[in-house]
Amino acid sequence: MKIMTCPVNGPRNISEFQWLGPVHDTAEATDADLLNRLFFAPNPMGVLREWWRHTPSNTVFIAERDLTTDEILRSYLKGSDADRTASPA
Amino acid sequence: MPLELLKYGLRRGHKPFHDIPPTPDLRRSYDVVIIGGGGHGLAAAYYLSRYHGITNVAVLEKGYLAGGNTARNTTTVRSNYLTIPSIEFYREGVSLFENMSHELGFNVMFSQRGQLTLAHSDGAMRSFRLRAEMGKHAGTRIEVVDARGVQKICPHVNMDFGGQHEVLGGLWHADGGTARHDAVAWGYAKRAAENGVQIHQRTEVTGFGVSGDRVTEVRTNRGTIQAGQVLQAAGGMNGRIAEMAGIRLPIRCFPLQAMVTQPLKPFLDILLSSSDLHTYLVQSSRGEIVIGGGTDPYQLASTRSTLPQKEALATGALQLMPFLHNVKLLRQWAGITDITPDFSPIMGASPLQNYWLDAGWGTWGFKATGVAGKRMAETVATARVPDILRPFALDRFSRFELLNEMGATAAGH
Repeated sequence: MKIMTCPVNGPRNISEFQWLGPVHDTAEATDADLLNRLFFAPNPMGVLREWWRHTPSNTVFIAERDLTTDEILRSYLKGSDADRTASPA
Repeated sequence: MPLELLKYGLRRGHKPFHDIPPTPDLRRSYDVVIIGGGGHGLAAAYYLSRYHGITNVAVLEKGYLAGGNTARNTTTVRSNYLTIPSIEFYREGVSLFENMSHELGFNVMFSQRGQLTLAHSDGAMRSFRLRAEMGKHAGTRIEVVDARGVQKICPHVNMDFGGQHEVLGGLWHADGGTARHDAVAWGYAKRAAENGVQIHQRTEVTGFGVSGDRVTEVRTNRGTIQAGQVLQAAGGMNGRIAEMAGIRLPIRCFPLQAMVTQPLKPFLDILLSSSDLHTYLVQSSRGEIVIGGGTDPYQLASTRSTLPQKEALATGALQLMPFLHNVKLLRQWAGITDITPDFSPIMGASPLQNYWLDAGWGTWGFKATGVAGKRMAETVATARVPDILRPFALDRFSRFELLNEMGATAAGH
């Protein structure tokens, strides 16, 4: 069974988590940005930063996952040290 | 036909024949280069060569013929969609399947047995009523049936009266059917090759030469070729290929998993699915029960399989048919779907003048193999997008004219 590490609850079964989609830059300025944000989601053959939720505890956090290997590289809370040092999505 | 068969059988000196010729050397230039040797690409090659007189065509396939999503889908052919452009498009797709074996002189084993989608909730019944009315309006055979109607159409279904997943009714789509996926691809490939189309297997596109707003050359692992027109029909790799040409598509990749059981005696003579359980069942002509469902719950560009998804499929299948409980699974697999925001495909023009898109088939476009091939061939040959494809244009997103088919594709069919 696949394991995801929740920053609050530690390693848990992946079935306890809900995928919420890629982390977007929330500061849209133009129509083009909005269009991009709505429809053109990132789809890399590599690492994607994405929102996840640990459903039993309702912990929403960010995980970095490789979309070619399905390897979860790290996970952290928004605003944590790890988040501040992470590269922008 | 029977007489010809007899004559053939009595003839001396049978020569062995190959349906698909071996991969030839690449020419220096082609009128049309088709990227992707799956059903769609091969069908487009066939229609170009048969109806539009364009035979200097290359089909480039990274792996082997029809080994991607053509081999991984669950071969459902149907037109029970929600929006009028979709229903009209898929209706033409179904009608092409009805005549495909004759058209190709190749038995694609099309069996128009009807599709029954079950509702276990009031919400599903409501959406079925809407889909039925839209379908009737667009001239397809579709109707809502009550629980008794479900039992009449498929007596094997566990109605679960009073249970958690009680069957409230269903959407009966008499036009629905299934065909043999390999035969469809091979039939188109064989006839296209006879007309002079070159099919290049193990030929991977590595880049494009673009000058201004035109593609001039296609670079492959076997050399560079000049292209008059390029048609992209690359299944799960569509996003990646378009990126090489400098085009960004609103596509995300999700794996879709399916599996088959050991062969059983024929008992299931319809396509059965459940919109609430995200499971569908069909018995193949070999007797195997093909079990499919929705995509994986998160984005991924890998064809790995997972136990939770297989368990979910098995749970749904056992809810619908508990007597399958001791049937063994024979094979399981996954493929990569290219999902668009509205779950409708992207067909037609791209920002480049001579580069055409056949992408975003989401939970797979087997049902559209014929019609997409035919209409894309028309598009490439006339350099004009036919009216039936216009609603599927890439620029529908910037116009906010989406074709929402989420309910009729991923989980809802």
